[in-house]
Amino acid sequence: MVMAGKTLYDKLWESHLVKERDDGTALIYIDRQLLHEVTSPQAFEGLRLTGRKPWRINANLATPDHNVPTTKKEREMGIEGIVDPVSKIQVVTLDENCKEFGLAEFAMGDQRQGVVHVVGPEQGATLPGMTVVCGDSHTSTHGALGALAHGIGTSEVEHVLVTQCLIQRKMKNMLIRVNGRLQKGVTAKDVVLAIIGRIGTAGGTGYAVEFGGQVIEEMSLEGRMTVCNMAIEAGARAGMVAVDQTTIDYVKGRAFAPSGDHWEKAVAVWQTLHSDDDAVFDKVIEFQGEEIQPQVSWGTSPEMVLAIDDCVPDPAKEVDATRRGSIERALEYMGLTAGQRIQDIQLDQVFIGSCTNGRIEDLRAAADVVKGRKVADTIKQAIVVPGSGLVKEQAEAEGLDKIFVEAGLQWREPGCSMCLAMNADKLGQGEHSASTSNRNFEGRQGFGGRTHLVSPVMAAAAAVSGRFVDVRELLA
Amino acid sequence: MKKFTEVLGKVAPMDRVNVDTDMIIPKQFLKSIKRSGFGPNLFDELRYLDMGEPDKDCSGRPLNEEFMLNKPRYQGSSILLAKQNFGCGSSREHAPWALEDYGFQVLLAPSFADIFFNNCFKNGILPIVLEENIIDELFAEVEAEEGYQLTVDLQNQEIRKPDGGVIPFDVDAFRKHCLLNGLDDIGLTLQEAETIKAFEAQWQQKSPWLFNTIQ
Repeated sequence: MVMAGKTLYDKLWESHLVKERDDGTALIYIDRQLLHEVTSPQAFEGLRLTGRKPWRINANLATPDHNVPTTKKEREMGIEGIVDPVSKIQVVTLDENCKEFGLAEFAMGDQRQGVVHVVGPEQGATLPGMTVVCGDSHTSTHGALGALAHGIGTSEVEHVLVTQCLIQRKMKNMLIRVNGRLQKGVTAKDVVLAIIGRIGTAGGTGYAVEFGGQVIEEMSLEGRMTVCNMAIEAGARAGMVAVDQTTIDYVKGRAFAPSGDHWEKAVAVWQTLHSDDDAVFDKVIEFQGEEIQPQVSWGTSPEMVLAIDDCVPDPAKEVDATRRGSIERALEYMGLTAGQRIQDIQLDQVFIGSCTNGRIEDLRAAADVVKGRKVADTIKQAIVVPGSGLVKEQAEAEGLDKIFVEAGLQWREPGCSMCLAMNADKLGQGEHSASTSNRNFEGRQGFGGRTHLVSPVMAAAAAVSGRFVDVRELLA
Repeated sequence: MKKFTEVLGKVAPMDRVNVDTDMIIPKQFLKSIKRSGFGPNLFDELRYLDMGEPDKDCSGRPLNEEFMLNKPRYQGSSILLAKQNFGCGSSREHAPWALEDYGFQVLLAPSFADIFFNNCFKNGILPIVLEENIIDELFAEVEAEEGYQLTVDLQNQEIRKPDGGVIPFDVDAFRKHCLLNGLDDIGLTLQEAETIKAFEAQWQQKSPWLFNTIQ
């Protein structure tokens, strides 16, 4: 009998397998742990209480992102600029923990600081073929490099700090193939929202998902990160894309990427990081790129998403009682009426940024839409938050900041910002936002806030229109 | 970690699908650097009518009387009955910390999100996956009988109902072992230190570029 080929996930799993145990669990070696201030303090406290030490200090990289202020004035004050004392304690605690245990940290004030999932790939701190973890569900982002990357809880952060391993059970393999080509104005974000809209927020539970097909192959590495970032929104802890020339070109020359002899050797290994032609997936789902329209989420779960020319659902037409209840509850929370056109939703705020869409390519695309236009009078605030200090620097070098400011958007300092509103950037009660982030849960962007997830170009189009419009009309 | 053997407790019904961890514990409470004290803010936005803050005393806050945890009949519950995809979204371990701090020791649902499911075991909470029709039956029984209790017996992997009915359940052997004995899995993994070192040495030889120092 001929053995079936291996999937990318199989290869990554096998290369990191330290020990398989009789009970079906396995010890998996972790190459890189990323840390931020919110999910790490209790793990460091655990080390202190037990007198344990980190296993391999240089496997770790920390940066504060969730609590940092994004206004220039506050940022120039450093830690003292964090007005909320509880937020400040968390950021200070990360600094102190990194110092005490000797871990590398890009602290506030370091140009390399930023959203942890933007920073890792940007620095070459996350690489193809790695296992990457972080106490953050959007760690799936790094899978775009051909890595096995997923979020973990704080107990596991401590486990990885101390043992460099995780106790895991192998997941099942899923392939999501996006065939064909995307229409102009349709982006990676629309692809992943359309996927979640079809398979649902639990569609990928228990699976490691590989994204493939022509659309993914032709997508930039940044776009692939957007897709993998939201794998968790479809229930899949890990999303990934095979290594190809796009990956290798992206990694080359990054600060902590291999160089010289190591580079050639690494590239040779990385070129094997794809699923074999005869690999068997437990599930394969196909999408056609041409059919994907610009997406807008209307409800309180990322699966509640529609194309820009659709209308909000009518619960009366839903036969399933559970789904009907969910729709009714979501409409009430979102302040929408059944059958309302997506394009008639009036907006109060616009947020462009986050680990989903805070990279340079996202900012370029958004700037292209707002250039020569003005933010609508009815928009109370529109902010652009670069994903890292280096993204900000690059954007400024290209003059993107001036385009945004000229159009009436605010140009901010890097951080997670209004994606989850742990800092001062948030929605007021009942306010609607067009947001390039990843979650539209109740209260996510502020108590009573109403989030609509969109791509950067759709957010930019919404900013200048005051409501949702099909960005393709503005690009024409 | 406390040993988990058997729980006899009242059951509280959370009749909602896709309950996310933002809903279980909203972000403003994530600013704590401790593991305890999250119980009063469990389901904060559903439980109270005003906005919760980390240092706010919850005893005087206006309650949402409609929310099940505020109904007298569900006070003191230690078993939470839930619907599909419970615990989706953020990986925050503050969610199981809040459930545990409130007093929940067992969660019953047709499905859980992966990261949340894993986090529960690290905190002495037993999440049990049951067939959807069984969950629906339990919802009906809990609704019908005030003070409805279940016994969850981990050793024998069974749930005993007040009517004498028994529901068997599956649990991962390693996790069962850890819960029953209150074991810290870091300690267990460290027993494999030599194996990890050997793996690491050959891995570093093969892929030295993964061991770059970041500064």
